Order: sequence, then C-alpha cells, then structure tokens
Amino acid sequence: MSLDLELAAAETIYRVLSEDGSELVADPPAVSDDDLVAVMAEMVKARVANGRFFSLQRQGRAGTYAPIEGQEATVAGAVAALDPARDWVLPQYREPVALGRYGPEVLRTYALYQRGHPAGGHFPAPVRVFPVQISLAAQIPHALGLAWAMQLKGEAGVACVFFGDGASSEGDFYEAGNFAGVLGAPVLFLCVNNGWAISTPLPTQTAAVSFAAKAAAFGFPGVRVDGNDALAMVSVVGAARERAVTGGGPTLIEAVTYRMGPHTTADDPKRYQPPEERAGWEGRDPILRLRRHLEGRGLWSDERQAAAEAAAAAEIDAAWERAEAMTVSPDAFFDHVYAEPTPRMVTQRAELRARLGLEPEG
Amino acid sequence: MTLVEAINHTLHDEMERDDRVLVFGQDVARNGGVFRATEGLLDRYGPKRVVDTPLSEGVIIGTAVGLAAEGFVPVPEIQFLGFSWQAFHQLAGQLARLRYRSDGRFDCPVTVRAPFGGGVRTPELHSEALEAQLVQCPGLKVVLPASAADAKGLLASAIRDPDPVMFLEPLKGYRLVKDDVPEGEHLVPLGKANVVRTGDDVVLIAWSAQVEVARKAAAVLADEHGLSAGVLDLRTLVPLDIEAIVAAVEHTGRAVVVSEAPHSAGFAAEVVATICEEAFYSLEAPVARVGGYDVPYPVGMLEESYVPDAARVVAAALRVCGEGA
Repeated sequence: MSLDLELAAAETIYRVLSEDGSELVADPPAVSDDDLVAVMAEMVKARVANGRFFSLQRQGRAGTYAPIEGQEATVAGAVAALDPARDWVLPQYREPVALGRYGPEVLRTYALYQRGHPAGGHFPAPVRVFPVQISLAAQIPHALGLAWAMQLKGEAGVACVFFGDGASSEGDFYEAGNFAGVLGAPVLFLCVNNGWAISTPLPTQTAAVSFAAKAAAFGFPGVRVDGNDALAMVSVVGAARERAVTGGGPTLIEAVTYRMGPHTTADDPKRYQPPEERAGWEGRDPILRLRRHLEGRGLWSDERQAAAEAAAAAEIDAAWERAEAMTVSPDAFFDHVYAEPTPRMVTQRAELRARLGLEPEG
Repeated sequence: MTLVEAINHTLHDEMERDDRVLVFGQDVARNGGVFRATEGLLDRYGPKRVVDTPLSEGVIIGTAVGLAAEGFVPVPEIQFLGFSWQAFHQLAGQLARLRYRSDGRFDCPVTVRAPFGGGVRTPELHSEALEAQLVQCPGLKVVLPASAADAKGLLASAIRDPDPVMFLEPLKGYRLVKDDVPEGEHLVPLGKANVVRTGDDVVLIAWSAQVEVARKAAAVLADEHGLSAGVLDLRTLVPLDIEAIVAAVEHTGRAVVVSEAPHSAGFAAEVVATICEEAFYSLEAPVARVGGYDVPYPVGMLEESYVPDAARVVAAALRVCGEGA
C-alpha cells in the first residue's frame, strides 16, 4: 500500500517496520541500499555523539547538552528524504548530531556551539541549516519565510522545521501554520512528539486527539508517523516533500517517539518520569529496529556496527579537538551585532580592549 | 507633501529600484494601508510583492527573518506600534539577532514600519511610545522621522541598510506634517541628528512628533520670553548622534529633553545620562525632561494632559534658564 497524505489519518500511526524490525508492515520507501545504510550509520553516529557530548559536559568542557537518545530515526530518517542542495532544515536543539546528510560541517559547527564559541551559530554557506533555536517554536515562522522565498523564486525546495510537542503550544506554531496554509508554502512542520516537555507530559500539553490533528485548523494534511521507524520517516517526509514542491502546500508531520534521556544535562527525569513508561520504550529502540531489518537483508552486521561506531567516534573526536583548539578574542561579542558597529559600540570595544590589555583595533 | 505621502512615494521608489523589496502586513495590499501609506503598491508591483497577511504580528516579523535569509528585502508593517508586543519575541529575540546568532552568515535587511504616538483619540494600545524598549534590543536600529523630507530620506536609507530597522512613524503627523520633499534620490544617513533651529540659551532635544512640539515651544520662548532656544531632532536613537548632542549642550549649557514615552527609563533618560557623561562641565543647570507619566497610555479624554505640549516645554525651558515658572 502506498502512502497518501490526504488519506492518512491524524489518529493512527504510520509505520513501515514492525516494532521489533522483523517484518515490513507497509511498502518500504524507494531508497537505495547505500542510502539506507547511510541512515543507519548516521543514527549510530548520533548515538555515539550523544554519549560524547554528555561526558564532555560532565567534565566541564562542553556546555549544557540536549540529548537526542531515542529520537535518532526521527531526525536521520526525515533528512534522508530531503535534498540538501535545495531544502532548508531548521533545528530546535536536539537535532544537529543527526544532520550529517547536510555535510560534515554540521557536526563541526555544532561542536563549536557546545563549546560556547560564537561560530557555533554559523553553519557555513551553502549548508542549508539554520542556527540552533532556543526560543521554542520561534524558528517555525522563519521556516515559513524561507519557504515563501523559495516559492517566490520558483525554486523546488522545502523548509523542514523541527519542533517539539511542547513547542506546539506556542503562538508561533499556530500563527505560522495558519499563514502557511494561506500561502500554500512548501513547509514541512515536523513535530517531534517525544512525550515530555521537560517535566510536562502530553495530557498537560494538549487535549487534542493528536498533534497532527491540529493541521485540520490550518487547512492542510496532518499525519502521525512512528518516529522510531526510520523507513516510515523517509516515506512520510518524502511524500510531504513531493507534495510541497509540486505546489500541494505544507504538511504537518507528528513523529511519535520518546525522549529516552533527560531534557538536558541539567535535568533529572527521575523526579517526574514514571520508570515503567520509559521501560516500555526500551524495547522500541530505533537503532536496533533498523539494524534488525538491515541485517535481515544482509546490509548490516556486527562488523559494520563496530566500524560505524569507530568512524563516528573518530569524526566526533576530530570535531571536538578542532573546537577546543579554536580561540576567540574576549571582545568578540561586538562582532556581527550590526554590519558596521555603532559609534557607541566602537567606544565600548576600545575601552574593553584597554581594560583587558589588548592592542587597539587596527 | 505630507509625511504619509512621502512614505508612500518612497515605498514606490524603493520597490521600483530593487525587486527584492517586499511589502506585507495587515491591510497593506488591497486597502493600501489603513493610513494609505502603501496605496497603489499592489496595482503597480502585484500580489507577489505586496501581500495582505493574516492578523498575526509574530509571523509577520518571523517570516521577514526567513525571507531576509533567502535574500529578500522585507518591509513589513505593524499596523500600530502598540501591537508589536504580540511580536516582541520575534523582534527582540530573532530579528535583532539573525546576524549575531548566525555569526555573520546572514544579512538582515528588514525595515519594520509602524506608526505610534498620541493625540489622535485612538482606542487602547494604538498610541504607545515603545522606542526605548526597542533600543534595548541590540541588533535593531531605531529610526523616527519628524518631517516629510526626513521620512523619505530616512526610509530609503533604512530599506537599503543591511540591518533590521524599526521605522517608527508619527501617527499624528501623517497628514499634519507637511514640508518640501526633495525630488529624486534623497538619502538621509542613519545616525545623524538634525539641527532644526539654532539657539544660544537652551537646546530642546526631541524626536518624532515631539520635534514639532519643541519647535512651537522655541517660537514661544523667542516671542514671549526673549530666549533663544535651539531644537535638535535626534532622528535615529540607534545609532545615536552623540556628537550632535554634545555640541548642542556645549553651546547652550542648558537642555530640555522631550519625549512622549513613560518617564522612568525612557530614552530621554539615556539622553540625559549621555549629557552627564560627555558634557557635564558645560552645563549651567540640571537637564530637564518633559514627557509622559509613569502610567499606561490614557484614554482619549485624558490624552491632552498626558502628551507633552508646547506650554510644558516652555515651562521646563524657563526653569532650566532660571526664569522661574
């Protein structure tokens, strides 16, 4: 059975792989074996990066980190259906470790972000990734602006914006969803429903039957997809992308997944998360699920797993070493506030440099 | 030409000059704006570049961020500045910081037009003078024309500026303010104050609609009190023309700052502090402030006693000049 977004109900969850990965329950997406293996490798890398950034924060070397554990398929699967040369990705804050499809610069830049370096917000052009967003849902109108721009230019691209179940309660989500429907702009609204907004569970967030159901008010399709099923993510995002670039307008995609870690390194979920709920999700690990499927097709093995983990560790370590080696002048916060600093900023910067014993600016 | 006509002409000119310029907001296309500031743009430039949006201030500003990142030059309108509070997170947290948080990757050439100011008996939240709140958002420039000629010259500069500009238009002055506007290319640089009137005894420092109030006060001071009052129009609060403020105060030794925002921590306080830091030893008397009071902007029947008028400015100037009052 092929996927029809118009018919996909907002109440049922679209799935391609059975929960244990042992069988296909719907048609798999038209993805090459190589691309599928790349999704798997990206998920493994995200899991390894997750552990590394957690440790680095605990060692006091990296800043507060928002783990992706449990949500790797949602992100890696979604971007596997995008075209990095044409499509924008707007992350919230958990996603950058799984955006390798957009190039190795993404992880390298994100390492700088975790280091607290100002260049951590600068995914270098032409990488079509927006800076990490801390103000929940604020990136959703930006995605609409980017999509509107591509629509005006007649470019066949989409803006895919990630946000959480909690962020869907913000006004920006409703305002952007409403206007996107009016414009018919090529936006993919990707609501990552991971069950928890720090300590706030779903029933406190909404009384709607699902997050996808909210699309009805915007006048475009809303679809629920198993966010722990990488194949389903590729299918649904691929179908939504195709719809958008052929003038069909936006789609709201609710990826149902689970936050297996704390909200951030500063959070202790034991204070609020029922242990039996988390335990129920342990058997639904997105990486094991795709691995089982790929092994069944002879595309993955223990050796491949070990090689993927080793490659991931090497890439992350290199990114982190580079980040730790990058210096920054203590007056760099004056850079890029404006194209040209105001006269008052020039005075302030000169005073700061004198106080710090730095040479006057040339 | 009236001030609102000057704005309309400039929008036409800039859309003609640069096809990346987009105008959008509530009622700006079909209706030509509730004050006709955008009249004729839809007919001339079409529905792709002149767009009526839903009533959604947050997404008006938020989409401008994305459009700017993709190379457009958005000129969104917020129908009344008081409504910008519904977009404040996008203004302060996003628009102001696109260049900064992307470490210089993205330019953000967005000009947000919004009228403000009292004296026209509008409903609640149509008159609020929020300029100081916007000055506290580094990354934004804050521009407030007081004349039709400046409305043209400053708006053209704002639209061509690579950074986001809050272009705050004097609601009361839209049709009351009328002066000669240069034809053709006319650019007034951002960050240069305007000496509206020279004077030796006291300088009245103002911006937006209060420049006209200061001019009237200066005329009264000359005609009825034999005092020579200068008027300095700051034009832009960010960037601030500190040199012009210092030069004016060094010349007169006395100053009155006029604004219509609430008194405490308004931009007038910033001007006074700047004078204290940069020109204290030129002062012959404490600097006075004339402005709104520390109350929410009042309803129509109470406006007259809230918004500064020439009599209050004259009284303050006389006090500063040691002439009693």
